[in-house]
Amino acid sequence: MARLIAKSPLAGLVPVEVGGLTLSEVETGPVTSVAPFKGKQTAVSKALKAAVGLGMPKVGRMDRKGEARALWVGRGRALVMGAALPDLEGAAQTDQTGANAVLRVEGPAVEAVLARLVPLDLRATAFPVGQTARTMVAHMMASVTRVGDAAFEVMVMRSMAQTLVHDIGGAAKAVAARDLV
Amino acid sequence: MRIEGHGLIGPGTVDFSFDGKRLQGREGDTLASALLANDVRLVGRSFKYHRPRGILTAGPEEPNALVSVGQGAGLVPNVRATQQELFAGLAARSQNRWPSLERDVMSVNDLISPFLGAGFYYKTFMWPRAFWERLYEPIIRRAAGLGALSGQTNGEPYEKAFAFCDVLVIGSGPAGLMAALTAARAGADVILADEDARMGGRMLAEVEDVDGIPSHEWVGEVLAELAALPNVRLMARTTVTGAYDQGTFGALERVALHAAPGAVSGAAPRECFWRIVAKASVLAAGALERPIAFPNNDRPGIMMAGAVRAYLNRWGVAPGKEVTVFGNNDDAHRTARDLAAAGVKVVGLIDSRDGVTSGSDYPVFTGSTVIGTAGRLGLEHITIRHNGGIRRIRTDCLAMSGGWNPTVHLTCHMNGRPVWEPEILSFVPRPGSIPGMVVAGSANGVFATHGCLADGIRAATEALAVLGVSAPQVEVPEAEERPYAISALWAVEGKGRKWLDFQNDVHVKDIRLAAQENFASVEHMKRYTTQGMATDQGKSSNVAALAVLADATGRGIPETGTTTFRPPYVPVSIAAMGAGSQGKGFAPERFTTSHGASVALGAPMIEAGLWYRPSYFPKPGETTWREACDREVAMVRSAVGVCDVSTLGKIDIQGPDAAALLDFVYANTFSSLKVGKVRYGLMLREDGYVMDDGTTARLADTHYVMTTTTAAAGLVMRHLDFVSQVLRPDLDVQIVSVTESWAQFSVAGPKARELLNTILDTPTDDAAMPYMGCGPVMVSGVAGRLFRISFSGEMAYEVAVPADYGESLYRLLVAQAEVLGGGPYGMEALNVLRIEKGFITHAEIHGRTTAFDIGMDRMVSLKKDCIGQTMSRRPGLLDDNLEQLVGLRPVAAAGQLTAGAHLFEEKAEAVRVNDQGYVTSVCHSPTLGRMIGLGFLKDGRARHGETVRLVDHLRKIETLCEVCDPVFFDPEGGRLRG
Amino acid sequence: MRINCPHCGTRDRREFTWSGADVALNRPAPDAGEAAWDDYVHLRENPAGASRELWYHDPCGTFALVERDTVTHLVGDAVLAEKVAR
Repeated sequence: MARLIAKSPLAGLVPVEVGGLTLSEVETGPVTSVAPFKGKQTAVSKALKAAVGLGMPKVGRMDRKGEARALWVGRGRALVMGAALPDLEGAAQTDQTGANAVLRVEGPAVEAVLARLVPLDLRATAFPVGQTARTMVAHMMASVTRVGDAAFEVMVMRSMAQTLVHDIGGAAKAVAARDLV
Repeated sequence: MRIEGHGLIGPGTVDFSFDGKRLQGREGDTLASALLANDVRLVGRSFKYHRPRGILTAGPEEPNALVSVGQGAGLVPNVRATQQELFAGLAARSQNRWPSLERDVMSVNDLISPFLGAGFYYKTFMWPRAFWERLYEPIIRRAAGLGALSGQTNGEPYEKAFAFCDVLVIGSGPAGLMAALTAARAGADVILADEDARMGGRMLAEVEDVDGIPSHEWVGEVLAELAALPNVRLMARTTVTGAYDQGTFGALERVALHAAPGAVSGAAPRECFWRIVAKASVLAAGALERPIAFPNNDRPGIMMAGAVRAYLNRWGVAPGKEVTVFGNNDDAHRTARDLAAAGVKVVGLIDSRDGVTSGSDYPVFTGSTVIGTAGRLGLEHITIRHNGGIRRIRTDCLAMSGGWNPTVHLTCHMNGRPVWEPEILSFVPRPGSIPGMVVAGSANGVFATHGCLADGIRAATEALAVLGVSAPQVEVPEAEERPYAISALWAVEGKGRKWLDFQNDVHVKDIRLAAQENFASVEHMKRYTTQGMATDQGKSSNVAALAVLADATGRGIPETGTTTFRPPYVPVSIAAMGAGSQGKGFAPERFTTSHGASVALGAPMIEAGLWYRPSYFPKPGETTWREACDREVAMVRSAVGVCDVSTLGKIDIQGPDAAALLDFVYANTFSSLKVGKVRYGLMLREDGYVMDDGTTARLADTHYVMTTTTAAAGLVMRHLDFVSQVLRPDLDVQIVSVTESWAQFSVAGPKARELLNTILDTPTDDAAMPYMGCGPVMVSGVAGRLFRISFSGEMAYEVAVPADYGESLYRLLVAQAEVLGGGPYGMEALNVLRIEKGFITHAEIHGRTTAFDIGMDRMVSLKKDCIGQTMSRRPGLLDDNLEQLVGLRPVAAAGQLTAGAHLFEEKAEAVRVNDQGYVTSVCHSPTLGRMIGLGFLKDGRARHGETVRLVDHLRKIETLCEVCDPVFFDPEGGRLRG
Repeated sequence: MRINCPHCGTRDRREFTWSGADVALNRPAPDAGEAAWDDYVHLRENPAGASRELWYHDPCGTFALVERDTVTHLVGDAVLAEKVAR
């Protein structure tokens, strides 16, 4: 019998260098949406901590422990990436592996480039490493997370991967071209 | 004429052209300063009368010197020469003239001007009415105008961007610089924006000392300090164009307009439109000088006094050889003084005020006014009234000053009304007009340099207080406290037109005529005369015009009031506002995992919302879509077809109250659905009309997965959030979109199961997975889900795998299907299959149909509350005379049906009052060998078998149709159950 | 225009979808009668001044009850719709 071949959301689109930025795909590993039911937040957070070493992230945070990451993605919900989860009593768990394209955007001009697309103050003073926001990237709903001094991860729906690379690439080219004016 | 050694510009030369004539300017020139340095005085023709016009100002308020820059699609009309920086190869062209600027045929308008006063067009071209659009307007538009667009698509890059700060300082003159410095030293995050390429405002245009050094050097020191601070961003060439709610500002940055197109990267944006969000702001936008309305005050060579000074002191240009100055205030004297000091001959200073003294060598005429001017294409003489006599003075440049108007515009953008300040005879901003904004310096009516510096510190202190930050101690630099005394002089009587609005050719008599004809309110006067319209929006003319109106109506100026200043402060190109949203930037493109495979199979992709889906899969020899579609339909009916249905919305619903939520949002019941089963659900809006439909599967006791239509996926997701957060927060349920998590494929046809069993690890059969069953399966080693549902009327499944495996599974399914005589099918075939089966889509549930209309009213359960239940039972929605879903087939086999056509009784006239219904979906059914359709017909369910007449007024089609059941094919559903 | 999301803080208006007056918070019972349902489904105030509206912050999936003044354009506090007492 044939075997199915997995293809990641950004396969064939990245890695690319554009306008001084490096765009690459974040290999997320398994991704699970965890949404505690009413009154179960603390219990679920504890169970999650026992399972992967990370509790439910606070609003606007991405926490890491080893390969595992817990990303806040909206009211009362987190994406746990990089670790398979056991059944957590009291939470809705939904497999989201491959549902999102997660693009790492890195380079000295990354803040300036994202300022063309994201209606948020992403400068390090307002948006330090580990901060995440549910916001827009151009016309797309997205999670934008700072992962380094000059590195962000931008997560959009899988189907929009190509548009994400197009929009960020276009903004990066325009920002880079300014230096030559 | 350039005065060597004077001004702040560089020594390097820059070649440019104006109307094809090659000229040379200097680095740091604007187009205007370079033209004046080359003694070019005539630069344009006026809007209506085509009068010769020259450069009037040195800033954004310029009404006359509008030129076209660039070539082809990149041509930009109405560029203010006063703001266009000179670059090598700049080719500027004058506008609104033919065949040339010097000989303009339409200047005949000026000769017949007595007939062309305000309101002329309104009165003259009233009749016959139809002539306005076809004849009068095109002719008038051709005769009157500014620059013209190229009419081509401009592919040049533009940009938009977002910025955030604590304090936005608008303007970098003395007040703005001190405000920025004060806020920056307090540690606030500061943006200092200025429209000019070089910051410093009027301090670059004046000869004065600040802190013991020339003001422009002082500017350099402050800017150096600001530039070195990490909490300060300097945004030159950036005009703040609008003040909006909650501290949001629009700003237009000219990014590459000052560089030769070939000299910069093609990717460099021409302009960038910024959205700046500031917690507080300081408006230090300065003031704009206003002309005096004396007879024939519009000849090239007549300029604003402050502009003459700016050209002299900043650009080292004398706009004339024998200059006269005319003013009603002290500031005009500075122009005469600076000109004389630079060695330019001042042949007279005319001050309307009596008893003014001046310790100068040039002649000063006090208590005098200019009552006439002469010179066809440029000023040659002026006539003044002095000591009761008339005197003629030879002059090629007249610098005039009617006083200064604070630049209050931004403070009016949120309905703020400025306040009349009699001391300066102008309007000042009303405090608090924009929340969080403090106005400083000349914009606030403070005209002396020292006063501006102090006011900047004061304003920053207040702005910092908004942030809860205390201001540091900042010393006010030493500077002159120059006096500014003014006495009213708006219009000088005399023979000849006294121009107010140079851009719209509005003169004093037009305003008086407006008042006389009872267009006496300032807003009516504006519309009647066009005063203050077009690209300059009356920046230099509004205050004087309303002073004339006040005089004509006998009211005071404060009672007359101003027109409303609205954004943008300067014209903003649409390209900048819409930057990034052209072409592929218009909306995201959504691609399924099978996209590449479909394209490789030659399928034309069609847009379905943001998604791209295959229309059909052409085979060699097929020349039309219909051939492919018919084959694909037959293939599904006889063998098996594969179709990507991942675009349907999929929503994961879990929790103790998951069943209760579904019972509430669906008209029918889902709490009774057994685990491992799927049910069709109908969703209503609260008003009782159908919102969406789809199937929902129960995966476990507290776990469902809902599907929605592709079109309504986002809407339904938001609706479920609305229900769970707003209507029923008592329900303990979690809702997550899994549309993108699963790649899902329909496998339909008599051989569907046979095909599936080639890819499933454990074969399925009817017992394991009966019709409307569902459950987990292993698909070639991958955990997936299988649903026994059908949108085609055939035995069909939908098989889902995690999206990463979607492309691989699709390719595998297609390959295996082909072995069985099947293959892929596209949207066209999918549509035919569902119409044959009478399945509805949003063509039928288009927002104006109820469950009753589509024959599903019995699905609305009365045993529970649900959204739309109460309203769906309104008697008016259950009337038999309403239009009900029916099938339609042409009486003649070749008869044509069209969607959108209307239905009439066979013999009735096809007019509105006889309308019986309409057609929503049609197709050619290869299964039935004729066209079939779905539609809505009055009392349709009781009329099966009747003949009605389909009339398509647009396509001129009439077809007799038999009304029938909407299910054309396999009404018993035997094939579904396989 | 900027609106407060109880989770995410103040955001640009483009991230939000307007979702009607706060009337929706008080859905009548099925047997509340014609007048109550007519009022709930069809009739809305058009206040000049203080208004209470529901806004959906699309990126984080939150419905908030937002106070907004239709005259001054001031946007006030926002609270989670699910927490509003009714």
